[in-house]
Amino acid sequence: MSIDTATAARVAKLARINVPEEDLPKLKDELNGIISFMEQLNEVDVDGVEPMTSVTPQRLKRREDVVTDGSQPEAVMKNAPDAREGFFAVPKVVE
Amino acid sequence: MSDLNKLGIAEARDAMRKGDVTSVELTNACLDAIEGAGALNAFVHNTADIARSQATAADARIKAGDAPDMCGIPLGIKDLFCIKGVDSQAGSRILEGFKPEYESTITQQLWDAGSVMLGKLNMDEFAMGSSNETSVYGDVVNPWKVDDRNLTPGGSSGGSASAVAADLCMAATGTDTGGSIRQPAAFTGITGLKPTYGRCSRWGVVAFASSLDQAGPMTKSVRDAAIMLGAMAGHDVKDSTSAELAVPDFEAALTGDIRGKKIGIPKEYRMEGMPAEIEQLWADGTTMLKDAGAEIVDITLPHTKYALPAYYVVAPAEASSNLARYDGVRFGHRAKIGQGDGITEMYEKTRAEGFGPEVQRRIMIGTYVLSAGFYDAYYNRARKVRTLIKKDFEDVFAAGVDAILTPATPSAAFGLGEMKDADPVQMYLNDVFTVTVNLAGLPGISVPAGLDKQGLPLGLQLIGRPWEEGDLLNTAYALEQAAGFVAKPEKWW
Repeated sequence: MSIDTATAARVAKLARINVPEEDLPKLKDELNGIISFMEQLNEVDVDGVEPMTSVTPQRLKRREDVVTDGSQPEAVMKNAPDAREGFFAVPKVVE
Repeated sequence: MSDLNKLGIAEARDAMRKGDVTSVELTNACLDAIEGAGALNAFVHNTADIARSQATAADARIKAGDAPDMCGIPLGIKDLFCIKGVDSQAGSRILEGFKPEYESTITQQLWDAGSVMLGKLNMDEFAMGSSNETSVYGDVVNPWKVDDRNLTPGGSSGGSASAVAADLCMAATGTDTGGSIRQPAAFTGITGLKPTYGRCSRWGVVAFASSLDQAGPMTKSVRDAAIMLGAMAGHDVKDSTSAELAVPDFEAALTGDIRGKKIGIPKEYRMEGMPAEIEQLWADGTTMLKDAGAEIVDITLPHTKYALPAYYVVAPAEASSNLARYDGVRFGHRAKIGQGDGITEMYEKTRAEGFGPEVQRRIMIGTYVLSAGFYDAYYNRARKVRTLIKKDFEDVFAAGVDAILTPATPSAAFGLGEMKDADPVQMYLNDVFTVTVNLAGLPGISVPAGLDKQGLPLGLQLIGRPWEEGDLLNTAYALEQAAGFVAKPEKWW
């Protein structure tokens, strides 16, 4: 499989990274280089093999569904580029 | 005592306990060394005030007796660790100005043990890189130098490696997702340990690839690694993947007696085009372990060849998900937006400005392999191959092998900028001997074992059974004693 500039543009869009039109051919080439490196995996017989979900044999622990932390709005907002009156401010989302 | 900054953890601990030296003296020696080492670009956020106050407190504690082993030890902390109130930006522009309101579990445990924080260490952006050339702070320089070139200290924990090798600190924290502790340790002639996945809490350590990331110590000796791991390890309720296992006394495991241990030599690690010096070093290391009484056995890890391609599917996939949080809303950098720009443009511009080229590339690769239609072809296939890679190791351990000996890196340190025009995949090949260990969640350690003909350090890697870091450290200790590596870089900075 190899990708074209339209696919590169779509991937950039999905990743929410602005890639200028003129940089797309180079991006496409780089991605293709990496993808062709990954193609080696097609040589492996993976029939009947379970995809790994956890590298150590463990079940994720469960806990009571209760609040264990919180009520720290100031700490939560402290590093925000734009916070006003206890909210994160962003550009207008709906008209 | 002179040259206090040159001490390691064990020597410093013993000298402080005897009253020969104070933590304040050690700390000042390191702060002076850091001051004079700007050319290495290893320390990027200095915390001298915190260091001095922690050192004073440590001295009081040592005087009172019963201080933990790490008490009063001045450390460097990789920028990936969140430190409350201190710049923590993972070597990235997107976290510029970020001062966490919380402390990583590992560093909290180190401060609770009385350790001293000298500052934050440079690293590849979001730990993605093998040469420390992707950092927003600029390249880190290896203190080892053989001609007029500046050499890479390796990556991603390049600042940690450079700082320890140049005696700017007694030891440093590192993190390892595909080799980021062991490769820089090998390039700078120090010891670097990646513990078993789950041994150290990942809470508060900026995530790259959550199923592979593991923090560990970077030190001047195997003994120091054992001591420091003891303070970093342990169960943490805040990390659901951290193991609920007691932390043994790793230092007590260092007997140097490896008689009867079975050491596996994997034939698949004999790569085509491997430099003769690396091959020789590996053979020498094998002989050293044999002479120490170990039994050497040839083993096979048949899926080794597929570890790197599997890694470069799994790690970017996880990274693309983990790094989705950097959106310019809750922390870090936000791009200036134009008239009429909406929230999508804000995200896209913020992430284009905030992430460097390698991070962008990996996020996009991860996005691609997880996207509809490709998920099975790439991501699921890579996870299946990962299962097979882990099984390779399980089979070998089930056959009675205690540890596996391999080279740590396919070459010695190379020049900064030499790989600039290379294909990204060429840089990825640096991790060829280390990445299997992350995929299988095993402990691995890089031990400096010799110099190449240019005079640059080379390391050997030992891979151990899961949760048996004590036994692994003991084999590493025997190797360290036999190799007798004492070379240090000549000071030019």
